[in-house]
Amino acid sequence: MAKQQTNYQKYESKIEPKRPVLKNCLKAFIIGGIICVIGQLISTFYMYFFNFTEQTVGNPTTATLIFITMLLTGFGVYDKIAQFAGAGTAVPVTGFGTAVISAAIEHRTEGFVQGVGGNMFKLAGSVILFGVFSSFLIALIKTIFSYWS
Amino acid sequence: MLQGKATWVFNNPPTIISTGTVGGPFEEKGNIADDFDLFFSDQWMEEKSFEQAHRHLIEEASTIALKKGNVDRENINFFLHGDLINQITPSNFAARELKIPYLGLFSACATSMEGLALSSLLVSEGNANYVLTGTASHTNAAERQFRYPNEYGSQKPDTSQRTVTGAGVALLAKNGNGPKVTSATIGKVMDEGMTDPFNMGGAMAPAAFDTIKQHFLDRNIDESYYDLIVTGDLAKYGRMICLDLFSKNQQPITEDKFQDCGLMIYKKEQSVFAGASGPACSAVVTYGHLLKKLKNKEYKRILVVATGALLSPLTVQQKQSIPCVAHAVSIENIN
Repeated sequence: MAKQQTNYQKYESKIEPKRPVLKNCLKAFIIGGIICVIGQLISTFYMYFFNFTEQTVGNPTTATLIFITMLLTGFGVYDKIAQFAGAGTAVPVTGFGTAVISAAIEHRTEGFVQGVGGNMFKLAGSVILFGVFSSFLIALIKTIFSYWS
Repeated sequence: MLQGKATWVFNNPPTIISTGTVGGPFEEKGNIADDFDLFFSDQWMEEKSFEQAHRHLIEEASTIALKKGNVDRENINFFLHGDLINQITPSNFAARELKIPYLGLFSACATSMEGLALSSLLVSEGNANYVLTGTASHTNAAERQFRYPNEYGSQKPDTSQRTVTGAGVALLAKNGNGPKVTSATIGKVMDEGMTDPFNMGGAMAPAAFDTIKQHFLDRNIDESYYDLIVTGDLAKYGRMICLDLFSKNQQPITEDKFQDCGLMIYKKEQSVFAGASGPACSAVVTYGHLLKKLKNKEYKRILVVATGALLSPLTVQQKQSIPCVAHAVSIENIN
């Protein structure tokens, strides 16, 4: 049975279209790059017109990008861009934004507490968890090394 | 009457006296829009949630079928219905409104033919005079249950499919004018170890192949008996695989004769990846489009093979493979 299953899977994978990895990487690079350029422009704007430094400009830039993502997700445009861009829209902070916002929109039919509140971070929650946890680990390693040296 | 291993040949073939098919705005722009009874202009159908909109579709399709069949609701003996949503609540809630004795069904997207097979058995054996049966699906309700929130931006592969928003219902009677249900083959659950929920066609193809093969064997016929053999939602790649499986088995099926509902409903430029899917896919295409062609005598005999992937979001997360089933029902013009 198990052998027959792998035979079918091998046979099926020959007919099934291959995912165009190279093309997807290229598209992700271009769209992801454009998002980063926009982020850089926003940063420069905040530093030039407001009292931000290179260290402090990260937060307002991220917030602005997430706000734009919120609008694009809400108006039903973001998922169309994402179909083209793939990782290009998933990896930058906009990917985090759409995960939170789309879940919030989706679950408003179940009310604000159990629906929006309970489900808003169902996709993005693991990003927060493992993001915070890995930052903790890196900080720990850095602390140990700097203590010894 | 049981014939062979898994086929019922109906002694008194029940008649499909009327049908009701409804769809959403995306279906209205599709390829077979003329064969629907009603379209809704948005995905909400004047309801407060997608699940309630889903229920609304079923109620509307059922009401249309009853009206077209000119049969009073009180005279319908049983209502057999199913859908994809958890605990098939859209069907259950629609049955609450219809007030017809009800059997809820689940075979995922194969439910349409499970319902038609069971209903025909009930009518043929004299256990019912009128039976209403059908299936429905709602793309937004299915998407949020099985995949991601609707507006979430993610990249889908070419093998993925779009769930049809709609409902298709058929009214069966002992006698009457219209195409008749002559036989049904119940499929067994097949699992070839496929695990990608974005490639249902590839997972379901062996189930369709197995059921059709069994149907030919039990009835002692071959593909030449039918004018059309139509699968539920194998879509582009599943259909290719199924055709290839028949060729390999020395039972080639003519390519023109072997169609898929998932490839009929939308236009090419609607970009739905490999094709359409969902319980409503085979239901609206069969009860709307194909039945019309049977009535016009374009077809004399067709075999509808609804295919279902019996997975849940939980089994996917637990890395289980996708078991699949296919049920086949033959609909013929007998005069």
